[in-house]
Amino acid sequence: MTQPLVTVNDLRIGAVTDAGRKVEIIRGVSFEIAPGEIVALIGESGSGKTTIALSLMGYTRTGCSITGGQITLDGNDVTALPERNRAALRGTEVSYVPQSAAAAFNPSKRIMDQVIEITAIHELMPKAEAEAKAVDLFRALALPDPENIGHRYPHQVSGGQLQRLSAAMALIGGPKLVIFDEPTTALDVTTQIEVLRAFKSVMQQGGMAGVYVSHDLAVVAQIADRIIVLKGGEIQETGNTEQILTHPAHPYTRQLLAAFEPVPHQPFQPEAKAVPKPILEVIHLHAGYGAIRKGEPEIKILKDVNFTLERGRNLGVIGESGSGKSTLARAIAGILPPYQGGILLDGQELRGDLKRRSKEQLRKAQIVFQLADTALNPAHSIEQILGRPLAFYHGLKGAKREARVKELLDMVRLPANLRHRLPGELSGGQKQRINLARALAAEPELILCDEITLALDTVVAAAILDLLKELQRELSLSYMFISHDLSTVEAICDDVLVMLKGEVVEALPAARMSAEAQHPYSRLLISSIPQLDTGWLAGLEQDPNLVAQFANR
Amino acid sequence: MMIERSNAFVIPTPKRLGYSFNWAGRVGLAVILFWAVVAIVGPWIAPHPPGEIVDWDYFGPVTADFWMGTDYLGRDIFSRILMGARYTVGIALASVVLACAGGVILGMVAAVIGGWFDMILSRLLDAFNGIPSLLFGLVVVAAVGSSIPVLILTLAAIYLPGSYRFARALAVNVNATDYVTVARARGESTPYLITREIFPNILGPVLADLGLRFVFIVLVLSGLSFLGLGVQPPNADWGALVRENIEGLSLGAPAVIFPSIAIATLTISVNMFIDNLPTKIRDRSE
Repeated sequence: MTQPLVTVNDLRIGAVTDAGRKVEIIRGVSFEIAPGEIVALIGESGSGKTTIALSLMGYTRTGCSITGGQITLDGNDVTALPERNRAALRGTEVSYVPQSAAAAFNPSKRIMDQVIEITAIHELMPKAEAEAKAVDLFRALALPDPENIGHRYPHQVSGGQLQRLSAAMALIGGPKLVIFDEPTTALDVTTQIEVLRAFKSVMQQGGMAGVYVSHDLAVVAQIADRIIVLKGGEIQETGNTEQILTHPAHPYTRQLLAAFEPVPHQPFQPEAKAVPKPILEVIHLHAGYGAIRKGEPEIKILKDVNFTLERGRNLGVIGESGSGKSTLARAIAGILPPYQGGILLDGQELRGDLKRRSKEQLRKAQIVFQLADTALNPAHSIEQILGRPLAFYHGLKGAKREARVKELLDMVRLPANLRHRLPGELSGGQKQRINLARALAAEPELILCDEITLALDTVVAAAILDLLKELQRELSLSYMFISHDLSTVEAICDDVLVMLKGEVVEALPAARMSAEAQHPYSRLLISSIPQLDTGWLAGLEQDPNLVAQFANR
Repeated sequence: MMIERSNAFVIPTPKRLGYSFNWAGRVGLAVILFWAVVAIVGPWIAPHPPGEIVDWDYFGPVTADFWMGTDYLGRDIFSRILMGARYTVGIALASVVLACAGGVILGMVAAVIGGWFDMILSRLLDAFNGIPSLLFGLVVVAAVGSSIPVLILTLAAIYLPGSYRFARALAVNVNATDYVTVARARGESTPYLITREIFPNILGPVLADLGLRFVFIVLVLSGLSFLGLGVQPPNADWGALVRENIEGLSLGAPAVIFPSIAIATLTISVNMFIDNLPTKIRDRSE
C-alpha cells in the first residue's frame, strides 16, 4: 500500500466554555487519507466534523485547542509545527473551501485578485501566470465565460458560481489536500448538481485528495470514496461509500439512512362535517415589497396565486430560493399585506393588514419560522414564551396557565421542567419544538410552516415531521408546508404547489409527484434531488437547455 | 424532576439567581455608593463652609488642617469636594437617566412604528443635535435663569438625541427578528412589543451607552459652570474645581489633583460597574 497522505492519530481537541469548564470536543479520532482519495466526514451538527477538518490545517477555532494526538500531512507533523510553518502549508499543501462562499469573498475586491491571492502570499508564480492558471481552473470548473468572470465583483455572479470560484481559490496553489466544508448546503438543488459535478471532475483531473464535510448522505454518496460517520466527537463507523450505504454496521449509521427512507403519507381523514368549508382559500393573490405607487409595490413577488386547502389536508409549497414561497406564507399571515387578491380563512375573508384582522382570525392561523434560534426571544424563559399566547388569546392566568404550558410541552414531547430555561440553553431540535408549541398554544386550525426543518439534522428533522403528523391526528390541524426539500414535502403533504418566480406553475398530488409532473420546471426540480446511490450523479441526464432556462446561474 | 425538587428549598441569593457579578463590578458599585453617601451627608461632615477663605496662602499643600490643600483663594479643597459631590453626582446621574430613558423610549417607538413618525422624529432630533451644546445651555439659562432643575433638564435635552439615535439603531435590528414578527403576527400592541420583546434585548448596549454619556455630562457640566451657567459660586461642581485651579498645576498644587481624582474615580467606577453587570442583565442573548 502506498504511503497515506494524511494520518490522524488519536486526535483530541478540547475547548474552554464561557463558564471556564473544559470540555473535550474530539475524543481520540484516528484515520488516514490516501493520495487522491476523497473522504467524507458525516454527522449531525455538534459531532465535530468541521473541527476535525479544520485541524487538518493545524487550525482550531477560538477557544479550542488540540490537546493530544498527532496529524501528519505529507510527512509534516502539523500538530508539532510552529505557527509560521503551518501558515506556509496552508494554501500550498492543504486548502479550504468554506460553507458560505458569499461570506468568504471580500465584496469590494474583484474575484480574480482574490482567487490568485494565495500565489502572491506564498510567492509561487508571477501574477500573469497565476491569472492564466486561474482561467484554466475556471474552465475546468465549468464556469461561464472563464476569461472574463474574474474581472467581476462577487455580487455580480450567482451563488453556485461563487461556490465554484471559491474552489478555484482553494486549488490555485496546487494543494495535495482540499477541505470542503458543506460547500453545497446553502445552494438550491438544481445548482447543487452543477457544483458537485464541477468539484468531482476537477478533483479527479488533479488527482488531489479531499475531505468533504457534510450532513447530507445523498450528497456525500456522489463524491466520496470513503465515509467516516461521526457522533459526539467519536468515529462511529468507517467504510467505503458503497458499503456504508448498503451494509451499515453501526446503529447510528442505520438511523441516518433510515431518515432517508421515503415514508408514504397517510392522508388524515377529519370527521365529516355538514358543510365542509375549505380552511384556506387564496384567490388571485398579488404581493410585493417596496414603495407603493399607483396601488402596486415596486418589487412584485407573488403574481396571481390561487389555491384551496381543504380542512385536515396538507399543502406543500416547493420551489427554489427566490421563488416567493416564504412571501406567500407572510402574505397569508398578514405580515406582508397583499396589494391584490383575497385570502379566505375558514370561509371568512381576511383583511390584508394585520391590524384589521380580528384576534380570532389571527388565532386560527399561526406561522412557524424556519430558524428557531431567531424566532424565540433570547430574553424570555420558555414558560414566558409559551405563556404569552395563552394569556393573549385565551386569557389564562396563574396556575391554569402553568398547567397548560406543561401540557403543551408534553404535546411536543419535551420534559415539563424545561419551562424554566432560556432558549439559548436548548438544542436546535428542542427550540423548533418550542416554536411549534407556541403556535399550538393559540389552538390554531392552520399552521404555516416556513422551512421548519431546514436548519435541523436529518434525524431530528424526521422526528419533527413525525410529531407534526401525530399532532394533526390529535388536534385535526391543517398545515401549509413550505420547503425546498422535496422528500420532506412528500413525507407530510397531500398536495404540492410548485412555485417559480412568484407564480404557481403546477399543482400536483404529493404521492404521484414524480410520475405526474408535467411542467418542465417541476420535472427538473424533482430530478435534481440527490439519491442515495453512488451512480446517481454520473447517470443523471438533464437537458442542458432546460437547466439554463430555469436555473439562475 | 430531581433537580426541580432540590431547587425548591434553596434560598434565592443573587448568585443562585444568576445575578452575581465579579470583583471589578463590585468595586465599581462600592465607589458609586461611597460618592452617593458623600453627596448626601457632605454638608454635615465638611470641616469648613465651601465658600470660606480659611488660609491666607493660595494653592496650599496638604496639611493636618487642610487634608487636600487649599485652592486659588485659600479655600479648603476637601470641603469643596464634599460639597461638589452633591452637584456632580446628583446632576449628572439625574440628567443621564432622563436623557437615556427618553432617548431609548422614543427610539424604540420610532423603530416599531416606523414610517412617517420615525422620519419626522429622527429629522427633528437631528436638527436639534446640530445646535452646539454649550450655546444651547447659554440660551436656556439666559431665558429661564440658572437653577438645578433647569441644569438637569438642559443637560438631558442635550444628550437625548444621541441616545435616541443609538437606541433606534439597535431597536430597528431587533424589530426585524423573527420573534418580534411572530409577536406582531399574534396581534400584540406596540407597548407590549417595546417593553417585552425589544427592550430586554437592547438593554446591554444601552447601559454601556449610559455609562459613556454619564462621563460626557460630567464634563459638559463643568464647562457650563466655567461659563457661569452651571452651579453658582461659591458652590462648585468637581469639573469647576479643576478649571478654577488649573493654574495651580504648574505649582504642583493638590487643589487641582484631588478634584481630578474625584472625577476619575466616579466616571471609571460607573463604567466598571456597567461593564461588569451580571450577564443575565447585560447580555441576555448569550
